[in-house]
Amino acid sequence: MKQLMSFIRKEFYHILRDRTTMLILLGIPIVQIILFGFALTTEVKNTEVAVLAPTNDEATQRIIDKLNASAYFDVVTQIHNTNEIQPIFRDAKAKLVVVFDDHFAEKLRHNGKAHIQLIADATDPNAATSFTFYATNIIAGYQQELMGETKNPYQITPEVKMLYNPQMIGAFNFVPGVLGMILILICAMMTSIAIVREKEKGTMEILLVSPMKPIYTILSKITPYFVLSCVNFATIMLLSVFVLKVPIAGSFMSLVVVSLLYIFVSLALGLLISTITTTQIAAMLFSGMGLMIPVMLLSGMIFPIENMPMPLQIFSSIVPARWYIAAVKAVMIQGLGFSAILKEMGILALMSTVLIGISLKLFKVRLE
Amino acid sequence: MIKYLLKKEFKQILRNPFLPRMIIMFPFMVLMVFPWAASYEIKNLNLSVIDNDHSSFSRELTQKVISSKYFRLTDVSNDYKQALKSIEKREADLILEIPAHFEKDLVNRQGAKVMVSANAVNGMKGGIGMTYLVSIVNDFNAGIIQDLMPVAPVGSSVPTVEIDSRYRFNQHLNYRVFMVPALMVMILTLLCGFLPAVSIVFEKELGTMEQINVSPVPKTTFILAKLIPFWLIGFIVISIGFIIAWVVYGLVPAGLFSTIYLFAAIYILAISGLGLVISNYASTLQQAMFIVFFFMLVFIMMSGLYTPIDSMPEWGKWFAAFNPLKHFMSVMRSVYLKGSNPIQLSKDLFALIGFAIFFNSWAVLSYRKKN
Repeated sequence: MKQLMSFIRKEFYHILRDRTTMLILLGIPIVQIILFGFALTTEVKNTEVAVLAPTNDEATQRIIDKLNASAYFDVVTQIHNTNEIQPIFRDAKAKLVVVFDDHFAEKLRHNGKAHIQLIADATDPNAATSFTFYATNIIAGYQQELMGETKNPYQITPEVKMLYNPQMIGAFNFVPGVLGMILILICAMMTSIAIVREKEKGTMEILLVSPMKPIYTILSKITPYFVLSCVNFATIMLLSVFVLKVPIAGSFMSLVVVSLLYIFVSLALGLLISTITTTQIAAMLFSGMGLMIPVMLLSGMIFPIENMPMPLQIFSSIVPARWYIAAVKAVMIQGLGFSAILKEMGILALMSTVLIGISLKLFKVRLE
Repeated sequence: MIKYLLKKEFKQILRNPFLPRMIIMFPFMVLMVFPWAASYEIKNLNLSVIDNDHSSFSRELTQKVISSKYFRLTDVSNDYKQALKSIEKREADLILEIPAHFEKDLVNRQGAKVMVSANAVNGMKGGIGMTYLVSIVNDFNAGIIQDLMPVAPVGSSVPTVEIDSRYRFNQHLNYRVFMVPALMVMILTLLCGFLPAVSIVFEKELGTMEQINVSPVPKTTFILAKLIPFWLIGFIVISIGFIIAWVVYGLVPAGLFSTIYLFAAIYILAISGLGLVISNYASTLQQAMFIVFFFMLVFIMMSGLYTPIDSMPEWGKWFAAFNPLKHFMSVMRSVYLKGSNPIQLSKDLFALIGFAIFFNSWAVLSYRKKN
């Protein structure tokens, strides 16, 4: 036990005496959670609109005003013939072109019918679906106005409720994902050089000839980084609750427990990388660059896992972030209790044992 | 002199047991696997229906919803509480609640309501699901109106605005077309950002930096020799990207390859320049990696790769304007999907040239031959 303590102390010195690195490690999550929390939202707002109205009349003007008044659209320009549509899209001046019939108001009055075409830049398919839907709704609102008193007796009005995030605040969607991503990447990057650095510097030999058991070496490597990661977790939590105003809807304790487990899994993952690589560069590239894309894309942070093809869904289940982010969403956003995240907890616990087990096994091989 | 330095740099990269393999494998792995994951194409949404009316109308509406390709009926719940349970268990994504007297109200010309609740924990999924469901309800409504509305006498009817919508550049709303060019940018950014960031600090840690420092190599030559290998690596990487996009996904740019190469050439200089700046300031490999990791993640997340820049707050848009990745990302998408040419993209071109000059001058200036 005394041995272990002195080794832990050694590892703490390694970190504490490199002030710059420590400041970087503590600073990164602060800046990132604030940037991403405020800036990221999948909601489609402020879409730039170009209008093609051959005849400017009170009806077209009313519709344009209605579009402009909504948070979804900014009418930026008027064009005068259909040849201008393509260049508008190509120069990214607008994402939606609203094309009115000529003599729009007149047609509406005399023929009882007039026509609007919405042409969307579908480069981003989902944004296009969303803003076309919004524009259709706004024009339908004008239709309601036309009907005025004579309300359609057969109208079915859908009442829409967005559960857990009624105002569609971006931070509610992104905080769990960003939290999961930052924690795993920073944890893995930190520990990934822990052992390989000793190999490169030649101090590994001293460790190997010492009477320390491998498990103690591994534990002593993890402990200081665990403390550091807990500090990171605490700052991210404080910032999300008090600055980004994302409340913790469920039990705070379950959130802490699952997070500690996740931090441990991430550190163990880094350690495993450290035991299998031979140079610091390889270890860092593996953990920083190699993990970044799978964690971003296969964790459900941005893209829902249910939509992926089966092989990828299976593959995604070895990404620890997937389970952690699901658990954080359940507890923090949906306000569910501990019983809702038992499965995630179990999987993360299993992962940590497996990762530590493999590291230990590989570590032993090198001892011989 | 640069010739010898370049020779050294290439040897250093090629003789590393890890780097050459990674440079080739990384684009392959990412482009073969991840476009399949990066999909917002929302289908098979799980729907829980609460039918309090049990009428022919309510059944018709339910039928119409589940026969669309977007929805799958998971359960018919008795009340809202039960439906909410299935949302909590992640068995359902949306709830459609049809109130009692739905049919009676409609037939009695009173108008009716339906309640749509979407799980907005994933905002995009919830939003799109809600959009689809409401559109189907509106369609159903139009059918009802046609069936029930007595034929109005000519002239007295309410004027109607007909709306139809077209999608340009990506008619089938295929998400992969949108993501593959973006992933190519991401690969290029990661490789040409991370590798230069370690290249100088690596020599510092190894001790070989001192030899360079006591040699007569001018600063600019040294930085240039560091830069050129990554430039070539970038070209290899992006060419691999072109081939995979074409062979695996059948994607060829609507514009010219030369346009992309032109922008890529400048972009790689910019991003590698940033890497070299970081490498100059960092004193350990770990520091360099963490700082470059920080920038890469910020650049990627704030580039419009996943979330629209238009929706960001004003400061976020300003921030994005100073993000080289954002410019190159939008160039790639424009060239691939819209066939834009450099003149139309001149704003991005000048921005990228600006970044390239800025970062590389900084790299030269911040390289100190003294310790």
